[in-house]
Amino acid sequence: MAGKKIHGGYLELQDYIDSIKDKRGALIAVLHKAQHIFGYLSDEVILFISEKLDLPSSKIYGVISFYSYFTTKPRGENVVNVCLGTACFVRGADAIMKEFERELKIHTGETTEDGKYTLSGLRCIGACGLAPVVMINDKVYGRVEVDQVKKIIDENKSEIITNMEEINE
Amino acid sequence: MSNVRMHLLVCGGTGCTSSDSLKLLDHLNESIKQHGLSEEVEVVVTGCFGFCEKGPIIKVYPDGVFYVSVKPEDAEDIVTEHIIKGRQIDRLLFTDPHGKGKLEGQKDLPFYKKQIRIALRNCGFIDPENIHESLAADGYKALGKCLTELTPDEVIDTVVQSGLRGRGGGGFPTGLKWKYTRKSKSKEKYIICNADEGDPGAFMDRSILEGDPHSVLEAMAIAGYAIGAEHGYIYIRAEYPLAIHRLVVAIDQARELGLLGEDILGTGFNFDIELRYGAGAFVCGEETALIHSIEGDRGEPFTKPPFPAESGVWNQPTCVNNVETLANISPIFLKGADWFRSIGTEKSPGTKVFALAGKVNNVGLVEVPMGITLREVIFNIGGGIKNNKKFKAVQTGGPSGGCITEEYLDIPIDYETLGSIGSMMGSGGMIVMDEDNCMVDIAKFYLEFTVDESCGKCTPCRIGNKRMFEIMVNIAKGKGTEQDLSDLRELGEIIKDTSLCGLGQTAPNPVLSTMKYFQDEYRAHVIEKRCPAGVCQDLLIYHILPDKCVGCTACARVCPVPCISGEVKKVHEIDQELCIKCGACFAKCKFNAIEKR
Repeated sequence: MAGKKIHGGYLELQDYIDSIKDKRGALIAVLHKAQHIFGYLSDEVILFISEKLDLPSSKIYGVISFYSYFTTKPRGENVVNVCLGTACFVRGADAIMKEFERELKIHTGETTEDGKYTLSGLRCIGACGLAPVVMINDKVYGRVEVDQVKKIIDENKSEIITNMEEINE
Repeated sequence: MSNVRMHLLVCGGTGCTSSDSLKLLDHLNESIKQHGLSEEVEVVVTGCFGFCEKGPIIKVYPDGVFYVSVKPEDAEDIVTEHIIKGRQIDRLLFTDPHGKGKLEGQKDLPFYKKQIRIALRNCGFIDPENIHESLAADGYKALGKCLTELTPDEVIDTVVQSGLRGRGGGGFPTGLKWKYTRKSKSKEKYIICNADEGDPGAFMDRSILEGDPHSVLEAMAIAGYAIGAEHGYIYIRAEYPLAIHRLVVAIDQARELGLLGEDILGTGFNFDIELRYGAGAFVCGEETALIHSIEGDRGEPFTKPPFPAESGVWNQPTCVNNVETLANISPIFLKGADWFRSIGTEKSPGTKVFALAGKVNNVGLVEVPMGITLREVIFNIGGGIKNNKKFKAVQTGGPSGGCITEEYLDIPIDYETLGSIGSMMGSGGMIVMDEDNCMVDIAKFYLEFTVDESCGKCTPCRIGNKRMFEIMVNIAKGKGTEQDLSDLRELGEIIKDTSLCGLGQTAPNPVLSTMKYFQDEYRAHVIEKRCPAGVCQDLLIYHILPDKCVGCTACARVCPVPCISGEVKKVHEIDQELCIKCGACFAKCKFNAIEKR
């Protein structure tokens, strides 16, 4: 099953690369697409892109490591992003981050052992009116307080379970 | 369509959608349908109204009633009370903080009274995903005028006369930038819209793109006509999914109507726009770094000259303009350069959008004429400091700017005055701080940001800022010395003088400006090993007040060390030797029995 899915991913990426008429400067867009498909940029994916765009893999790696949006490590099922923009910072975002680190028992940038959560910081999503803000996957939590952190994690835990139940049905 | 008697404008900006405005929208539509009003009432999703503090926001047309903090469950009342019975819902109106009761219309709100909305003219007014609403609000009229009535040189002259300056931070005259790019001889030229809004805490560009994307597309086409470019790029942060979506929709719609593409309006002028995505690198807001990123490379800046106007993307002449700058272009052509000059100050005409955030009552986007004072922005429009705390400083210009103290609150804001007091206009972030914020901590925060975002190409920025950051960390830990303070100053000046691009040249500003205006606070950290605002954790001492402690044991249970001892219903005590100063007990205590010093 897994092999088939990955194969499909490469086909999708190839179709995308083929659809770009002017390949000049297309690398970043291709990396966005690849990360969207695979969740992260593995060595295999980098080599695949290198061949298709006729670029040295070292150059591609250089671009990936330059931009914080790209990751070469798999991410957890849920990505917890604590906004560390200035507006959130002055309203106590660092305390929120510490509480997430404590509850999830990981540091910023790490993924829990069970692969359920990745914790990371983010520079401003522009919802400064709701500071401090936490984004879990696509859901935004505003005016977060330290003692709500556990509740927020639990809330997302139960969502995963519901989704699993739906899948099993 | 002809039967529609009422429009409900619902804010669909990032701030309001984060507080459930889309669910509210569903409830409204459902309720309208249930009451059989679908023919009479239309719900329109607009861009940001700016008043994010009180979101989600609904404005009712034609009544002009302005509802704030509307929850999904209020939808039914809005339909049955306001729409059907014609009674406005008092509980959803804005309450005047100065006791003048409920305020009904948008213009009555102190938040909007002093604002002049040019760049934000259509935000919160039109449906950004419907080009016809933009056209009805004079969209593309200026493009038509430029293409049919004016020569490219006349277009440039008008922009020069208006005195418009770059709103992205530098304040370079836009007309001159166009002129220089026009002068460069080449078959291929490019116009780039810089939508890589990286300053954390500034979100005006995103709001413009989300609320009125056509204003930017139109201005890019005008710029293309003026400088002789047929290709435009919009370089936008990947972190702005909604803005990207609205741009994609807008570009498609404009192409369909022949407002982008070949032979625009039958004038023979060809112009098209492509989106390029950023990938999380602050330095890419710098125009030469941005150009590298568009070319698919690492976003490292290059030395100027040659300027992009001579050699930019693919070594061709390129003009880079910021989103807000472009949003000012059409009104200049429709109302005239003189009209634009009549607003603002002599050297900085027009308005500026500020993202007001931090410890201020009314967080949001405000567009005010240049020359207004910081006091008016923070205390009149912003409604003063949250929880009646004392104002301490306002930080403008983001990681490149500086902190401004109370004594400068009455100077008129423009590019020059902000620069003269050690800060800068920047992109317009304005973060208000109160007595609970530690200036050492804030300066450390900004420096950590620039260290993280430094591209590493030039040594002063890569290593110098890192050294400064290490000194700041030591000071916050109580390990700082007086020598450190003079080292910081010296290093800061050298980094400013020797860095390659704007990022490095301005990175020491937050430290230097706070050192200048808050010297006492630095000295308290260094000499007395004390953080007066009670923020720097390593310098704090937690202490249980015997007369307030009831012995509930909550603090002892939450302590991770544990260092709190005491029996049930008896006064507890903290062992200072063991305490790691995590603050968990302080947060847990319900009796205010723990003191932080």
